[in-house]
Amino acid sequence: MGFISERLRAQLGYAAILIATLMSGGALAQDSKVNQLNMSPGVTSSGQAIYDLHMAILWICVVIGVLVFGVMFYSIIYHRKSKGYKASNFHESTKVEIAWTVVPFFILIAMAVPATSTLIEVYDTDEAEMDILVTGYQWKWKYEYLNENGENVSFFSNLRTPQDEIYNTEEKGEHYLLEVDEPMVIPVDTKVRFLVTANDVIHSWWVPELAVKRDAIPGFINETWTRADKEGIYRGQCAELCGKDHGFMPVVVNVVSKEEYASWLEDKQAEAAEIKALMAQTFTMDQLIERGKGVYQGRCAACHGMNGEGGLGTAIAGSAVATGEIAGHLEIGINGVAGTAMQAFGGQLNDVDMAAVLTYQRNAFGNNMGDMVQPIDVFNHKKG
Amino acid sequence: MGDHHHGPAKGLSRWLFTTNHKDIGTMYLWFSFAMFILGGAFAMIIRAELFQPGMQLVEPAFFNQMTTLHGLIMVFGAIMPSFVGLANWMIPMMIGAPDMALPRMNNWSFWILPPAFLILASTLFMEGGAPAFGWTFYAPLSTIYAPPSVTYFIFSIHVLGLSSIMGSINIIATVMNMRAPGMTYMKMPLFVWTWLITAFLLVAVMPVLAGAVTMMLMDIHFGTSFFSAAGGGDPVLFQHIFWFFGHPEVYIIILPAFGVVSQIIPTFSRKPLFGYASMVYATAAIAFLSFIVWAHHMYTVGMPIAGELFFMYATMLIAVPTGVKVFNWITTMWRGSMTFETPMLFSIGFLVLFTIGGFTGLMLSIAPADFQYHDSYFVVAHFHYVMVAGAVFSMTAAVYYWLPKWCGRMYNETMGKTHFWISFIGFNITFFPQHFVGLAGMPRRIPDYALQFADFNMMSSIGAFIYGASQIMFLYNVIATIVAGKPTSDEKVWDGAEGLEWTLPTPAPYHTFETPPAVR
Amino acid sequence: MLRVSKNPTVDITAKLVVVSIAMFAFVFVVMVPLYNVLCDVLGINGKTDGTQYTSVPVAVDESRTITVQFIATNNEGMPWEFSPNVTAMKVNPGAVNDTVFYARNPLPKDMVAQAIPSISPARAAPYFHKTECFCFNQQPLSAQTDAEMPLQFIIDQELPKDIQTITLSYTIFDITEAASGSVAAR
Repeated sequence: MGFISERLRAQLGYAAILIATLMSGGALAQDSKVNQLNMSPGVTSSGQAIYDLHMAILWICVVIGVLVFGVMFYSIIYHRKSKGYKASNFHESTKVEIAWTVVPFFILIAMAVPATSTLIEVYDTDEAEMDILVTGYQWKWKYEYLNENGENVSFFSNLRTPQDEIYNTEEKGEHYLLEVDEPMVIPVDTKVRFLVTANDVIHSWWVPELAVKRDAIPGFINETWTRADKEGIYRGQCAELCGKDHGFMPVVVNVVSKEEYASWLEDKQAEAAEIKALMAQTFTMDQLIERGKGVYQGRCAACHGMNGEGGLGTAIAGSAVATGEIAGHLEIGINGVAGTAMQAFGGQLNDVDMAAVLTYQRNAFGNNMGDMVQPIDVFNHKKG
Repeated sequence: MGDHHHGPAKGLSRWLFTTNHKDIGTMYLWFSFAMFILGGAFAMIIRAELFQPGMQLVEPAFFNQMTTLHGLIMVFGAIMPSFVGLANWMIPMMIGAPDMALPRMNNWSFWILPPAFLILASTLFMEGGAPAFGWTFYAPLSTIYAPPSVTYFIFSIHVLGLSSIMGSINIIATVMNMRAPGMTYMKMPLFVWTWLITAFLLVAVMPVLAGAVTMMLMDIHFGTSFFSAAGGGDPVLFQHIFWFFGHPEVYIIILPAFGVVSQIIPTFSRKPLFGYASMVYATAAIAFLSFIVWAHHMYTVGMPIAGELFFMYATMLIAVPTGVKVFNWITTMWRGSMTFETPMLFSIGFLVLFTIGGFTGLMLSIAPADFQYHDSYFVVAHFHYVMVAGAVFSMTAAVYYWLPKWCGRMYNETMGKTHFWISFIGFNITFFPQHFVGLAGMPRRIPDYALQFADFNMMSSIGAFIYGASQIMFLYNVIATIVAGKPTSDEKVWDGAEGLEWTLPTPAPYHTFETPPAVR
Repeated sequence: MLRVSKNPTVDITAKLVVVSIAMFAFVFVVMVPLYNVLCDVLGINGKTDGTQYTSVPVAVDESRTITVQFIATNNEGMPWEFSPNVTAMKVNPGAVNDTVFYARNPLPKDMVAQAIPSISPARAAPYFHKTECFCFNQQPLSAQTDAEMPLQFIIDQELPKDIQTITLSYTIFDITEAASGSVAAR
């Protein structure tokens, strides 16, 4: 019937496409994340409260929308010139204007009440059982577990997805772009306070299933908290444009039992001691190159190229620095280059990894210097 | 003023030196269409890269330049100048004035725009690339960590701001001083009202944007620390200043669109606009409220709870006058005698889709929920619903509605309807799925994404290509109409049209209302 | 209403130009100072006053213990070693407390740093008084030397009862270039 069926046909067609996509993507499956349609209530009481608020507002809007569009579509169908309908002339009514000002106002008040109480709940960082300092870097996160006794466990959390997967020469893994080398680990049923800051530009730390998002501002600390009710691995991403690799600095939080957490913490502290011991050792060329290659691909390749060809960063292949004096190479690796994107990696890599990656750079990509950098060289350079 | 009875000058100098509001309006409209195509091309690149997971077409750094320029060009180059062009064409005719109050300043307001955009576009070819810090250019990404082109970006913004301020002063002076006798404020067409209010907003907040970019310039080149903690400053200060401009800015974008729809719906309903006075007050209320809600763009920045609550309540409040307007439009249609030519289709599309965007806006205003929505695709979906299906649909409706009056020829109605349906369908396929991926956790401004977001992103990209293609159809229709459309000389092109512009000959002569009309 | 000109167009134009200029000035003259005042008063962003607090003798509130945590952060490209000697201490409101931060410049060139404090929760900031702080001044350090930087503070007894932990974070920034010429001045 001309106009109506055109519109209806279009709407049905659109709905069909949507439903087909959803069913094929398994969006209706219980735990499926693929083609997820809605926010997840997550594993915290804040997350559940936020989800409930979200659904309440959504339903109110749907009901209002159905009513309002219903009236409009009725009018479109019946109040048409082609049906011979004659236009009325009414054009104002103070009563009606007051009604549709006051009624929405009261609906808004009804929404504002639960919104206020949920906000108060989310803001309450009191009586946390542990504190973690989260620092946003271009383009990775650093986590420092603050311990009253000063034995702080501290590590960087970098994207683990290889460049090959990103540039389509390898098949993408299940947790493509949402996997890291060192996740944050926290115990279940424990109130954890996060202190969030940044090293350079503004970042934002977001884990949807913990319902936590807080901006990381350089020079200032923000605080937020979570209490996860369920063990599991929860993945999020940086939520504030921070430069080239904003999309490549995920957040992974591993919520484990309290016992597992205690033993992980112990392991981490032992690791720190181990690295200290390793730092005094001397390694073979092969050991350094093997370790260095891993460090290079995970930490340098994004800017300097998988084959040392350069990109945002200078080329390593044939570079004057990598084929020059070791002291100069150490200086740049440890202290960075002020005013450029080359950060001071001395604070981010332990001495063993630093020695390894510099050795790799000096011998790979056709540089073939034949020399090595040992951890003690790094240590000494830092000491001055 | 000189002797103009011989009509317009010939050749290029006509356009360079014109002070005629119709000529200047035409230039604004063509310029904004060109910018729409350019900004749209950048969007096509964005959606092409996001078609599949993985990096296929561009590098992440270039992708960020595309998202930045897409936003800047669409907001400052396409949408705002298009409505200024419409204001130039229509306001004098609607109020019975012979031209704008300051015709020579009018010429300058337009002509500084193309150089400003040439400078902005040229940053793509500069060392370090174009600005890549988002159209919201937060510090310190846009100061300490910015590429050298940031200085040209700042200059460009200053020039654009100057153009807007001059244009707004012109509009205010025209509306306040040049209405025909008998045309009181409360007899003005609603399009004129919405532009009057918008112009005041512009005069108030464009200088604030100028202030923000000047402070950036000083931080970058003159050693100040407005936005750097090192010198005692604060990056969050930038956000407050930017959004104090930025929020009124989005109402600047939408209020003239409201005005257009308020002209078109009564025409095709053959019924007067319902609640004229309410519509004026609601527009004024929206404008006032727009000054006190800015920090709803900053809910996750670490504000004290009292601040969050204040901004949440104030933002929710804007739903009231906005709802009043939607109800008034629908009541205008109610018991009318409607026909559905292309301008009416776009206006109804506006009504439905803008309202959906308003609903997601209400959801976003809820501060604790926003902790999950902020900086995700849910926000991207929201603002495209209000800006594209809102402002752009309204602008498109305006062109179809008034083009016959401007050039004396009818556009092809079948092609117009087709353009509408393809736009409507393409738009929804593009942006509706973005609500889903946003709620599911996909952040914005990323060139690549996790696998669970793949299907909806592919859908969104296909929709974008469809929508983009349909704009080419629009361009063709407009040009074909001007060159070879069916001539029409009805003053009242549309059966139900009311207003002074519809008392003029079609096409509208070069000079109109040199003698003011009598207004009942 | 003040009339600038008899010509209504010139009149309204002049007034609107004045408004534009006023709004531009508003940003610098009103928004910036207002922001700083509100931050100080409300403790937004945990900004603490960069000025020294002059203490008055008060009774120590022994019934409350506040845990004060110290965090030291280097801003990008700042190669110094920088850490608190003590990462946390338990204090009573009203008592004068002392602690020390350690800093070392490992580079073979003289440098100047600025330490920027930030307090969490932000609403505790107005109650955290520093009577002596290395954050008040620029910190010069010669090549490859280290320093112990003192901090003395008092927590106000008026600190809201529901706050038990306060975190004080210092971020050091390299301001050698900006401060050049005044390295020797201290």
